[in-house]
Amino acid sequence: MSIQEFMIPLLAAAVIAGTPILFAALGELITERAGIINLGVEGIMLMGAVTGFMAAVTTSNPWIGLLAAMFAGGALALVHAFLTITLRANQVVTGLALTIFGTGFSGYLGKAYVGIPVPKAFVPTPLGPLADIPFIGPIFFQHDVLVYISYVLVFVIWYFLQHTSPGLNLRALGENPAAMDALGINVFRLRYIYVVIGGMLGGVGGAYLSLAYAPSWLENMTAGRGWIAVALVIFALWNPWRAIMGAYLFGGIDALGFRLQVLGLHSVSPFFLKMLPYLFTVLILVLVVALKKGRLATPGALGLPYDREER
Amino acid sequence: MERHSYKLEKRLTPSPVMVFIIPIISVLLALILGGIFLSMTGREPLAVYTIMFTDSLGSKYGLTETIVKAIPLALTALGVSLAFKMKLWNIGAEGQFYMGAMGASWLPLTFPTLPVYVMIPGMVVLGMTAGGLWALLTAIPRAIWKVNEIITTLMLNYIAILWVDYLVFGPWRDPLGSNFPITAAFSDAARLPGLGDSRIHSGLFFALAIAVILAIVFKYSRWGYSINVIGSSERAASYAGMNIKRNILLVMFLSGAISGLAGMAEVSGIIGKLQHGISPGYGYTAIIVAWLSKLNPLAILIVSVLFGALQVGGYAAQIEGVPAAVATMLQGMILFFVLGGEIFTNYRVRRVSRKGEESK
Repeated sequence: MSIQEFMIPLLAAAVIAGTPILFAALGELITERAGIINLGVEGIMLMGAVTGFMAAVTTSNPWIGLLAAMFAGGALALVHAFLTITLRANQVVTGLALTIFGTGFSGYLGKAYVGIPVPKAFVPTPLGPLADIPFIGPIFFQHDVLVYISYVLVFVIWYFLQHTSPGLNLRALGENPAAMDALGINVFRLRYIYVVIGGMLGGVGGAYLSLAYAPSWLENMTAGRGWIAVALVIFALWNPWRAIMGAYLFGGIDALGFRLQVLGLHSVSPFFLKMLPYLFTVLILVLVVALKKGRLATPGALGLPYDREER
Repeated sequence: MERHSYKLEKRLTPSPVMVFIIPIISVLLALILGGIFLSMTGREPLAVYTIMFTDSLGSKYGLTETIVKAIPLALTALGVSLAFKMKLWNIGAEGQFYMGAMGASWLPLTFPTLPVYVMIPGMVVLGMTAGGLWALLTAIPRAIWKVNEIITTLMLNYIAILWVDYLVFGPWRDPLGSNFPITAAFSDAARLPGLGDSRIHSGLFFALAIAVILAIVFKYSRWGYSINVIGSSERAASYAGMNIKRNILLVMFLSGAISGLAGMAEVSGIIGKLQHGISPGYGYTAIIVAWLSKLNPLAILIVSVLFGALQVGGYAAQIEGVPAAVATMLQGMILFFVLGGEIFTNYRVRRVSRKGEESK
């Protein structure tokens, strides 16, 4: 087997495996830019995966599944917003509650759907002439349409953050909400909006797993991808372009482990190969934080409840 | 007509009445909301709850199983609460539990003929050390570079579970056993004695002892006080000359060691061998137990019995065709309500007239 025969499918698989993490990470990036940490991504993805799957099975339409997943993700994020923004609950513990609830509720709802095939999933559709570009084409442009949407989304979020005035406000929201408030901008409402949008993207990440990647439903099928997405946001320094690179890096590790198993690498236990993405997440996180010490670009007001009285 | 609006006013000290009432109301509200979900998905909430309640608390067998589940929950929750006091978000109790079980299992698997007075203390020490070191792995980067411990402790959970899987599917698998992923059975000397002839084992006393020790440490010791100070303000603590880095390492190690002890007690007291899937998520439920108890060690003992019952009730519901995940769902909802209710503990709602004059 030539190196190209191994590399091209591997890199293409990295894009696929990275896409659910990318959607979730972009959602968390927006949430954190608004100054709220949402550690419920894992639960949101699971709820997105299960509701998306249920809706797609019932209607035979994956797009309706996608909408259902966005709705579920947004609804769960709304709970987070209400508890942390209005009721000023601890953001870390609220996020954990979201994950625990999402894990339980998705397991409860999806029990009857385990092992059922989805009538219509998102299937690969080569993207016109782009798909024929040697090397680049098979890696990036022979996937399902959600992957292409994720490319556009990265660009849109980057442009929004860097080049539009609401994007500037969003960045300021996470840095200095009191200043925004003084300018007459409704901090509470904007934070609600961005937390919910973040949750909707998390739901899409989950639906990608159950409607394109797998495509099937399995209890706890995210297997820590929501947490990897949270780690990825730090790795990405809250920048969408770095998020896409990071997502494919993690996707690549995931795909590599899987491929080595398939190739029958018998000297290494499959359990060690399965550890790779988690091990890699820890190592990368430690490395990035240690190297970037003090220059992490963390939004200044991240994790702090905003209280007008204490301005 | 005079118009009013409401404003929140921070209380100087948390309301003691609310600290007590909020968790109770939260459990009730979660049961009601859970009931709505159950009936929306075509089930009889009252029937499901009745089964969950009678099977966990309504019989001697049920109560025994509830206590059996409460032991690992209490221990992991105590471990987690110690770290949470310092605002160290150790959510790796699940992995520390597995590593503790693994460390403890090594002794009877390697030296099966040791006498009981060497075996049990040895397993305790090994289990606690393994759990503690596993947690320390995340404490070191946290202390030096402030690497987010939430993510690292969580990632290590997956790794610990896979590591135990590797052992029981591979090198530690019982050669005489069938093909099941289990180790050889421990010798009798490696089994924690039970209370009478029940499945409740003396790991119960570990939980009681650690709860009492932590309660005393937090209430009376200098060290307990400094953990509280660091937890409420790192800056104040460092001005007061407290060594934050050393305390991060120490607290995280101890936190992991207590969860490791939970793993030891489970393999020694209940299972009698190491195997795949030794925990149904005790380490995650522990987070809810700890928060619901307001990190109070003695409250943790009581709340873990409640959550032990919820776990047993979940299994009972499963036999009736309701997914056991219903227990996890209820746990998450209880935590939502507790978190939402905290505003009443920490704030007072005041009615304010539009002119700004306060009227009660």
